[in-house]
Amino acid sequence: MATILVVDDSASMRQMVEFTLKEAGHQVMVAEDGQAALNVAKGASANLVITDVNMPNMDGITLIRELRTLPAYKFTPILTLTTESTTEKKMEGKDAGATGWIVKPFNPEKLLATVNKVLG
Amino acid sequence: MAIDIGQFVQTFFEESFEGLDVMEAGLLALEPGVTTDLEKINTIFRAAHSIKGGGGTFGFKDVTDFTHLMETLLDGMREGRLSVTSEAVDALLQSVDCLREMLIAARENIPVEPEQVRALRARLSRLLNQQPAQNRAENTPSPTVAPASAPQAAGWRIQFRPHPQLMHSGNDPVRMFRELTELGKLTVRADASRLPKLADLRPEDSYLSWELELSGDATRDAVAEVFAWVEGDCDLNIEPLAAEAAPGVRAEPAPPAAPPGAEAGPKTGEEGRQGELLLERRKGEDRRRGDRRVNVAASDSASIRVGIDKVDAVINLVGELVTTQSMLSALGEDFDMSRLDKLHEALDQLDRNTRDLQEHVMRIRMLPVSSVFSRFPRMVHDVSAKLGKQVELQINGEQTELDKTVIEKIGDPLVHLIRNSLDHGLEPPDERARAGKPETGVIRLDAYHKSGSIFIEVGDDGRGLNREALLRKGLQEGLLRPGEEYSDEQIYDLIFHPGLSTAKQVSDVSGRGVGMDVVRSNIQDVGGSIQIASHPGQGTRITISLPLTLAILDGQLVSVGEDCYIIPLLSIIESVQVRADAVNRVAGKGEVFRFRGQPLPILRLYELFDTEGAVSDLEQGLLVVVEADGRQVGLFVDDLEGQQQVSIKSLEKNFRQVSGVAGATILGDGRVGLILDISGLIRVNNVAL
Repeated sequence: MATILVVDDSASMRQMVEFTLKEAGHQVMVAEDGQAALNVAKGASANLVITDVNMPNMDGITLIRELRTLPAYKFTPILTLTTESTTEKKMEGKDAGATGWIVKPFNPEKLLATVNKVLG
Repeated sequence: MAIDIGQFVQTFFEESFEGLDVMEAGLLALEPGVTTDLEKINTIFRAAHSIKGGGGTFGFKDVTDFTHLMETLLDGMREGRLSVTSEAVDALLQSVDCLREMLIAARENIPVEPEQVRALRARLSRLLNQQPAQNRAENTPSPTVAPASAPQAAGWRIQFRPHPQLMHSGNDPVRMFRELTELGKLTVRADASRLPKLADLRPEDSYLSWELELSGDATRDAVAEVFAWVEGDCDLNIEPLAAEAAPGVRAEPAPPAAPPGAEAGPKTGEEGRQGELLLERRKGEDRRRGDRRVNVAASDSASIRVGIDKVDAVINLVGELVTTQSMLSALGEDFDMSRLDKLHEALDQLDRNTRDLQEHVMRIRMLPVSSVFSRFPRMVHDVSAKLGKQVELQINGEQTELDKTVIEKIGDPLVHLIRNSLDHGLEPPDERARAGKPETGVIRLDAYHKSGSIFIEVGDDGRGLNREALLRKGLQEGLLRPGEEYSDEQIYDLIFHPGLSTAKQVSDVSGRGVGMDVVRSNIQDVGGSIQIASHPGQGTRITISLPLTLAILDGQLVSVGEDCYIIPLLSIIESVQVRADAVNRVAGKGEVFRFRGQPLPILRLYELFDTEGAVSDLEQGLLVVVEADGRQVGLFVDDLEGQQQVSIKSLEKNFRQVSGVAGATILGDGRVGLILDISGLIRVNNVAL
């Protein structure tokens, strides 16, 4: 069981990811944009961060950069939720310090498989 | 583990419709030719992006494909590759409409017009192709099924040499090796030759490199996929193991199918299956394609989104109510007269709690009028373009809250009023210029709260109503009598008369004569009233007043014989006793009495409702002066009883509709009281002066 921070401005996506991870026995913290996520991260540590890229207030790329400056999140795996069309976004995420990505659309099985791969 | 994501589909629809509103508002705010509105374009892009992502996840492939085109176009604008032309904005606005239809169709499980979708897709593609190379590639969705490379019997030799910073991104070679073991039998050989002296070792960096041998029938793509996240952070070389495998490496029996997620392969298959599952789920509510608007309204009324603060307030008040209740129980256990004060105190508190609770529960049903107002910028944009007029729409007070039922009922009347202003009220630019006015006309939409009612005003700075034409028409139709003097108000009021329009020609924007009477009756249906003010050359302002809520009414109880009637407090002006000599009988108009210098008709309630035992001598009873739609009458009653809030029960649902009666309520003593519908009473009894 791990603690996972899920960041997405879309409520349905957030709910789906949260539900799936909780069903798998993980503890989930949610935030609806980068700024909110950063505030959560400053108060609690996580074993994994899953974040959308396109968000208001603070986008996912900036969030990753900010998280990597926090000692507690320096090596924490961070996955971006991204669509296939935005290949450059994948790399942008990587350049900012993301561990990897989950390509949208995804289903709960694929999400859990990727999460398990990262958490080991 | 099977996880049902169907439960989140409703949320997806809700947020998508909100997203569409955001896109529409954003598109309307874009100024063609200006690409510096980066944040605006970004906001529109994000909304499109979310719909696209959700559409894919929840199995609405047509939504995803369509949104992809919009998103690509927006992305081009965002990055300055494509210019923000009014043509592009227009196409995107139409795409927003189309997408809304598609989402409604998906939700209701009805088919969409394929022609419309195709036409818009073509239009978007055309816009995209004006900047060819980059976009065309993105246009055709890349095939999601990777060509499967032929399985290799022997396996793969992998040289993996991480760059020092590989682990800085949270990646870990051990994790990748673990994943490889799921693809086959793995032999790992580490090369520690780059390892520095302990003093020089930075624990965050990678120094080791590996040579791996994976036997089994995994494809090259599957192996490469394991290293996808560290591409660029390492030197990687994957080559097939020679068929005559190195000693010690045996061909293993094929491992069970690769775990889902390890491969980007059979995605389309999965998506299709999800789509089928969702369709399966929705089959039960297979609705025929009918009036979509009705469907939308019906499903909207099924649920309401309430801010958590409102719910918390109610819970808080229930807590107080429970405290009061236990206080009263304690008092009741051994009560004697010495504790009467305490009882009064507790009852007062109960009274307060009940009132607060009622108020807060009502508030749950309240929505900001912005939910209605938000559609007008688009409408004004479209209609003014069609009419060739320049219009600025000013909206104020959109956070004013109104009962959900009222909100649903005022949309259409407001549409009609605004269309009227656009079509008939505002002049074309050249006419305005001639009249010395700015070429851009202004339509104002204001909502505000005043003395227990909500007011919505629709105003324009156009030419104003044509008093002469209305007067002529009124005389022609026999609504006015020749030779009499009429106030402006009485003349302007004629526009609410069925079948009366002075528009010289019928336009497809606001039509002829049908409408304003419907507007008034719609407003009256929700207990509101409508008033008009106009000044030639300066414009017209229509004011709608609406009750805060439909479920509770502040009423004045009046007795008539044995019965009790309730008059809405808001419609009462004054209660007076009349002397017989102040009353005149006017032929054809019944009785009138003089009130503040004006003759007012008298309606005897006991006659209207055929009540027995009522006071019939005018001097013995009371006249309650009431007003509706700008007209006043005196209602004759026996006496006034108390004032109280009554909860309105529908007479229509429990009995049948009775004109002049808005509903019924159960009084404190168990009697049923009828709530009077003043404007209905005036209308039915045709007491015009």
